[in-house]
Amino acid sequence: MGQYILRRLLLMIPVAFLVSVVVFVLIHLSPGDPVAIFAGGEVQDPVVIAAVRQQYGLDQPLPAQYVIWLEHALQGDFGRSLRTRQPVLEAITERLPKTLELGGAALLLSIVIALVVGTIAAVRRNSVVDLVATGVTIAGVSLPNFYLGIVLILVFGLVFRVFPPGGYSDFATDPFENLKRLVLPAITLASASTALNLRQVRSSLLDVLSQEYLRTARAKGLRERTIVMRHAWKNALIPVVTIFGLQVGAILEGAIITETIFFWPGVGRLAVDSINGRDYPVVQGIVLLSALSYMASTLVVDVLYAWLDPRISYRSRSA
Amino acid sequence: MRTFLRRNPRILLGGTIVVLLVFIAVFAPVIAPYDPTKVDVTQGLRPPSAGHPFGTDDLGRDVLSRVIWGSRISLSVALISVSIGFGLGVSLGLAAGYFGGLFDLLAMRLIDTLLAFPALLLAIAIVATQEKPEIQYAMIAIGIVAVPAYTRLTRAQALALREREFILAARTVGARPVRIVFRHIFPNLANALVVQATLGTAGAILAEAALSFLGLGAQAPTPSWGQDISYNARYLPNLFWWMSLAPGTAIFLAVFSFNFLGDALRDALDPRLRRAA
Repeated sequence: MGQYILRRLLLMIPVAFLVSVVVFVLIHLSPGDPVAIFAGGEVQDPVVIAAVRQQYGLDQPLPAQYVIWLEHALQGDFGRSLRTRQPVLEAITERLPKTLELGGAALLLSIVIALVVGTIAAVRRNSVVDLVATGVTIAGVSLPNFYLGIVLILVFGLVFRVFPPGGYSDFATDPFENLKRLVLPAITLASASTALNLRQVRSSLLDVLSQEYLRTARAKGLRERTIVMRHAWKNALIPVVTIFGLQVGAILEGAIITETIFFWPGVGRLAVDSINGRDYPVVQGIVLLSALSYMASTLVVDVLYAWLDPRISYRSRSA
Repeated sequence: MRTFLRRNPRILLGGTIVVLLVFIAVFAPVIAPYDPTKVDVTQGLRPPSAGHPFGTDDLGRDVLSRVIWGSRISLSVALISVSIGFGLGVSLGLAAGYFGGLFDLLAMRLIDTLLAFPALLLAIAIVATQEKPEIQYAMIAIGIVAVPAYTRLTRAQALALREREFILAARTVGARPVRIVFRHIFPNLANALVVQATLGTAGAILAEAALSFLGLGAQAPTPSWGQDISYNARYLPNLFWWMSLAPGTAIFLAVFSFNFLGDALRDALDPRLRRAA
């Protein structure tokens, strides 16, 4: 197991290197003066320009610039926002908890629905629940989340006024208001992943339910609930863990649009505001950090997967 | 063909909606009742009526006509970006799978790198490198983001196929690698690639809509579903729902039909893929 983790970590190094090169190239393809990017806005004073050029190595050849940029990035220095002059990392970490709250709620919602409905659909194959679940699955992946968000705002926020149509309230000051404002964005963000998780739970449970060891369990006289929850789930949920883990890594991506529609002040909204304000350093910082978090979650998923199913690490060892 | 369609009614259904969509896009100038960009403020913000079945927007433009014309942007972006992803991805996958070795190693690290970025965010980052966002950049970005799916699929199949007897036989009679790859390996991948391209089209329509929604795709006054939703959403608090719901429903139907067709094709063409999904 230790060897397996080590090998996965080693494999990550070249990819992380290439990811950093891609982000560096994207920064250099962006329009505008790089001095402005690192100084946090247009600078007129020649002394300041020279100082920034030297500090970030902008007067050096491109490969040297990359090394200097990487050094800064590894220390958490991604430059400053062109609009607010705030350090990029600070701007991101300030908003991260709100994105994690929204993403966490959406994932929780998605996994609970997928487990309950997916299991019923698999156990009662071709029943009404199964047919509805399968239909909803294809609809769920085809539904753009900005469209669903708008429909939810219209119906529950504006017509029936059950939930606020948007905005954020701090949990510490007003927990109830915070949760109320969380409902619609969380449902919106959860829609696509619920569809994928549901499909996965159903199909892997169907695969497992026809296997011999479950026939043995039935022959022993175990109750159906015990068979499904104690024996079938254990094996069926391994692929679900993979998909779920990747969704954790992709929270930020999904949050981009959802946060925009619901005026949720998280990292996704920051990304969109920065794109519209041509605030390149913030955009690139978010891209780099989300790529790294996505890679980290892939690693965790692989390790978890190998732990849940020891055949995987054995197989890759013998390969 | 007729028997095939009769045996697979889902393909017939999905295919019919897709053909209908393409028909609407091609004949938009004939089908659309009004000029989609014609401004008539006196007709602004009208709810659905006989004259304007989907109502009008704040500038008095007919929403139905904009939805009909919007299909052109969606489908053309999907066509071009899927072609980019398909062309680059399949070539890379075939080369990596067939030749193996160092090329395979480098190609797969490149793919791993692309996969390390969340897709929408990478597309956004690519488009955001341009001073002025334009639809061409969105096409290229969506195409690049799609490359890994085709490469991985093609490589895995090519790896399995290259050890098969008929490839060994071709090699023994002196067929050159390029001929083996294109005449013998590629046709065996066709089914899986058709499925991937159909599902990829659904993904591309969704991605274009998302980029346009964020202001990074088609630019006003070009009719585009994603951009129209974003523009019209400002009138939601006034309960002017028709302007946002019509283009949204169009996106949903288009994506749904390609997903539906892709799923049906997968079931019909490759039962093994169905199990893996």
